[in-house]
Amino acid sequence: MTSPALQQKLKRQTKLKRRIEPFVYLSPTITLLLVLMVIPVALVIRYSFFDNVIMNEFPKFVGLHNYLVVLQDPTFQIAVKNTIWFTLGSVIAHLVLGLCFSLLLNSPAIGMITKSIFRMIYILPWIFTVAIVAILWRMILDPVGVLNYWLIKLGLIHTGVQWLSSPKTALLAVIVINIWAGYPFYMMSLLAGIQGISKDLYEAARVDGANWVQTFLNITLPQLKPIILSMSVLDIIWTSQQFAMVWMTTGGGPITSTQMIGIYTYQQAFGRYEFALASTSAVLLLVASIIFSVVYGRLQRRQD
Amino acid sequence: MVDYSVGKTKMNKLSERTKMWRKILVIAGLIPGALFAGFPIVWMFSNSFKSNSEIFAYPPKFLAKHLSFNAYTSIFSDPEKIRFFINSYGIALAVTVLTLLVSIPAAFTFSRYNFKFKKVLNGVIISLQSIPPITLMIPYFALIVKLRMYNTYQGLILTYMVFTLPYAIIMLTGYFNTLPRELDEAVKIDGGSAMTALWRILVPISIPGIVTVGIYNFMICWNEFLFALTLTKTNEMRTVPVGIQLLMGQHAYKWNEMMSMSVLGCLPVLVLFLFFQRYFIGGLTSGSVKN
Repeated sequence: MTSPALQQKLKRQTKLKRRIEPFVYLSPTITLLLVLMVIPVALVIRYSFFDNVIMNEFPKFVGLHNYLVVLQDPTFQIAVKNTIWFTLGSVIAHLVLGLCFSLLLNSPAIGMITKSIFRMIYILPWIFTVAIVAILWRMILDPVGVLNYWLIKLGLIHTGVQWLSSPKTALLAVIVINIWAGYPFYMMSLLAGIQGISKDLYEAARVDGANWVQTFLNITLPQLKPIILSMSVLDIIWTSQQFAMVWMTTGGGPITSTQMIGIYTYQQAFGRYEFALASTSAVLLLVASIIFSVVYGRLQRRQD
Repeated sequence: MVDYSVGKTKMNKLSERTKMWRKILVIAGLIPGALFAGFPIVWMFSNSFKSNSEIFAYPPKFLAKHLSFNAYTSIFSDPEKIRFFINSYGIALAVTVLTLLVSIPAAFTFSRYNFKFKKVLNGVIISLQSIPPITLMIPYFALIVKLRMYNTYQGLILTYMVFTLPYAIIMLTGYFNTLPRELDEAVKIDGGSAMTALWRILVPISIPGIVTVGIYNFMICWNEFLFALTLTKTNEMRTVPVGIQLLMGQHAYKWNEMMSMSVLGCLPVLVLFLFFQRYFIGGLTSGSVKN
């Protein structure tokens, strides 16, 4: 293909160049990630072992004291409990809605145009920024808002419910908002997964006389299992970190009814200037995320 | 033969009817979902054209009696609110361009070179995505203050790049991997450097992948809230999401203004989405579905 002289030249070049080149091209990435990822993570872990960092110029090492304080704080315990409910509710609903919608959208019974119009409507919630999602739902869930109007009209309730400001319904309300904002991601991934299932499998099921329930349980669901598993783990990681939406709809209240780990961390830091305690709860959240990421990595590898 | 064909037409007739029923059933199933998904958005648009008193009118009205643009004009005449938009656009564009400039050579390296620590580095980049932003909030606050970047554009741009880079590198590495190596070998034989091969040959044919990554980056920045809130202080540095939140806290609730601000705030992403739907969906699903 090439002359021997040129090949010789290429060889000599590659020896040195090919060893240095990668690091030259990667240097901006490595620098950025080192300064803004590795160092901050090391810092926050360090903070969690010291007394009143940032506010105090010479913080004292206190060992695990902050961890004891945070883990024994009843507000933190409530935050953990709420985060678990919030995450469970959101992830299960995302999965169920995502699965239903993607199956409906993939149905051969409807035409291409109908399909793409519905698909577009169904993805819409995904493109809305969290600040807009929060304000939109505050308006809809208002005691004199449009949802209460309909529920009263339908005779389901008698007077307007204060969805976001009553301790009984606030957690449910933020879960519903989070479901609305998050299901499209599942739906699109599952839709791609369904379209990737071999047509032969369905053909074989039809020949065997399987009805659609059997087809769904024996072909669609098992084929989608890897996607469902990894999406659920990803969703658990993201949902358990939720801060902005809850902060802008309920602020963690009323009282502690929507208190979550993200809110708790923010309040400790910027509400009470207890940066060491904030770092501690942030590290606890990080540990939980890492555990789930390891699970996610395992699932991904098994898929390969 | 004859019997068979008769049977077939019968079957077809039957299936025509079942097909109709199926179609009706599927559409009946799709409509409630579409209402759940679409109503809040329609309601937002509709309320942005109402006067403030009409928003909670009883019974609620879909369309205002008099279409009012007051909410929009009051936003466009308020320099503070226009500033939110300028900040958001500026930061999102800067981050998108910088992320691409940094991630393209990085992805090229991951795709074309074998070097020490490649696997380790790749693993680090992937795992960085799972670090909760709220965990980074406290050290960033300390770090950005120390670097004298508190309440500046640079502070926000640098911060956002940390969140856009890992995804951009992973996506683009995957994209470059699909392009044949013969392309860059050809450039080298002609005496060009690896960078010539990258920017002259690979980048132009990778435009679809780069657009996907660019849109995704833009969206991440446009939507970011936590760091915009904690790393800026004055209103002239605020972005649209924080601006909307400020409106929520300010004076008596001006719902129509909040709605028009929301409409304007979602417009760039909505337009990007309508024009580049295919790229969006490609970027959305590439992370979780493997071919």
